[in-house]
Amino acid sequence: MSDTATPELTIERDLFSKFDEIIAVRENLLSSGVTDPFSLVMEKVLSPTRAICNGRDTILLGTYNYMGMTFDPDVIQAGKDALDQFGAGTTGSRVLNGTYQGHRECEQALREFYAMDHAMVFSTGYQANLGIISTIAGKDDYIILDIDSHASIWDGCALGNAQVVPFKHNDIEAMEKRLKRVPEGAGKLVILEGVYSMLGDVAPLKEMVRVAKEHGAMVLVDEAHSMGFIGEHGRGVAEAQGVIDDVDFIIGTFSKSVGTVGGFCVSNHPKFEIMRLVCRPYVFTASLPPSVVATAATSIRKLMHGADKRAHLWENSRRLHGGLTALGFTLGTSEPQSAIVAVIMPDLERGAGMWEALLHEGLYVNLARPPATPANMTLLRCSLCAEHSAEQVETILGMFERAGKAVGII
Amino acid sequence: MNREEIDRTILSIIEPFNKKGVQITDSTTFAGDLEFDSLTVMDFVAEIEDSFDIIISMNQQAEIENYGQLVDAVNKLQGE
Ligand SMILES: Cc1ncc(COP(=O)(O)O)c(C=O)c1O
Repeated sequence: MSDTATPELTIERDLFSKFDEIIAVRENLLSSGVTDPFSLVMEKVLSPTRAICNGRDTILLGTYNYMGMTFDPDVIQAGKDALDQFGAGTTGSRVLNGTYQGHRECEQALREFYAMDHAMVFSTGYQANLGIISTIAGKDDYIILDIDSHASIWDGCALGNAQVVPFKHNDIEAMEKRLKRVPEGAGKLVILEGVYSMLGDVAPLKEMVRVAKEHGAMVLVDEAHSMGFIGEHGRGVAEAQGVIDDVDFIIGTFSKSVGTVGGFCVSNHPKFEIMRLVCRPYVFTASLPPSVVATAATSIRKLMHGADKRAHLWENSRRLHGGLTALGFTLGTSEPQSAIVAVIMPDLERGAGMWEALLHEGLYVNLARPPATPANMTLLRCSLCAEHSAEQVETILGMFERAGKAVGII
Repeated sequence: MNREEIDRTILSIIEPFNKKGVQITDSTTFAGDLEFDSLTVMDFVAEIEDSFDIIISMNQQAEIENYGQLVDAVNKLQGE
């Protein structure tokens, strides 16, 4: 607030009027004096787990850098080499001048990682969902999906023309009832996620995939938050639960465990390659820069041999989950199911207060709030990294204890 | 079920969702008059779907703003 009175601006209603309520909520929150949780800047990034934020050395507990690949020396070298040899960007679509050797090699790495016949690399995971969903489910087809699906899945539904039918989160019976009601002869696509990123809970894919197949549906599973550390080969929850062979399409991203940016779909469908010509979010956008696909391919290959890191990531997740529970925080799941530990806040005000208190302690977590969250919850989402040391996790617990008491949450 | 029976069934389903005891007529709107948020809509639609053994897709929901339109839609879907 400035002390020179600004004249009341009388703005006519226009296309921005629909945002007035969101603007008011935001202004109300910031007027309480808290730091804006949605405009943090990292001035320097020291490692996968540390950055300088507001001049302070900060532990990062709110990134999706699960396997800590962002600073892997081999990954960085591959990117530098590609930058030198192939330039800064492709300036073109995958189907025209935008497919370089590196894009092919990246797709080869994905085929090997998932042991699948086809892999298609998109510019982001968001576009992979947008493209695959809107293209394969056409008019008169039915999409049956979990109500807590990621925004990119919903937007894929919105971009297409299929009938969209949500069911209650992780509810096998609710899903089955809806599958049964789909009109005879209509095409069916069931969309699930391995790990749901808001609460860090895992889907009962074993039963859900079985039920979907019994009703003749194709199944797409978004494994964005499981790649590299869930399942024997790190292929995700579908692998861990033994149903990966019945999944028709796996969607993934390079922006989490892989440690760069990009998205993909892998599949064994014999006609899958036609997607490259008919999928608009693949065709009508520029391909990833050569350095990005080179870092991705190198990272994916290293993730095939990441057993030790994986084991440590799980230790970290169990320790943080157990420690926060013991401190009296309410968590999104009663036992650790993934590398995400979601701490449920009583409301947005105290959530933002807690977020800020943690930042002052030198800890960055994700503040998540409606509409991104289920059941209108405010969450502090902690995501662990295989590079967090056991000591760092203890430090983090101390920070949560002090901040939680200061804000009056525990 | 005829339209009247559907009407009565939906009225009884709506009751626990009608927290403010709004008087329901054909022109009562879900978002405006009943103040249903997206979570309430989901639960409410799921109950209607289960009671009548139908699907009301999101695409169809987008066309339904008031109570009368819902009764009509269920009546139509049930006949299919
Ligand atoms: C479940 C899920 N799918 C897809 C995406 C999109 O990934 P990307 O960051 O590559 O666009 C995300 C990440 O936000 C996600 O959480």
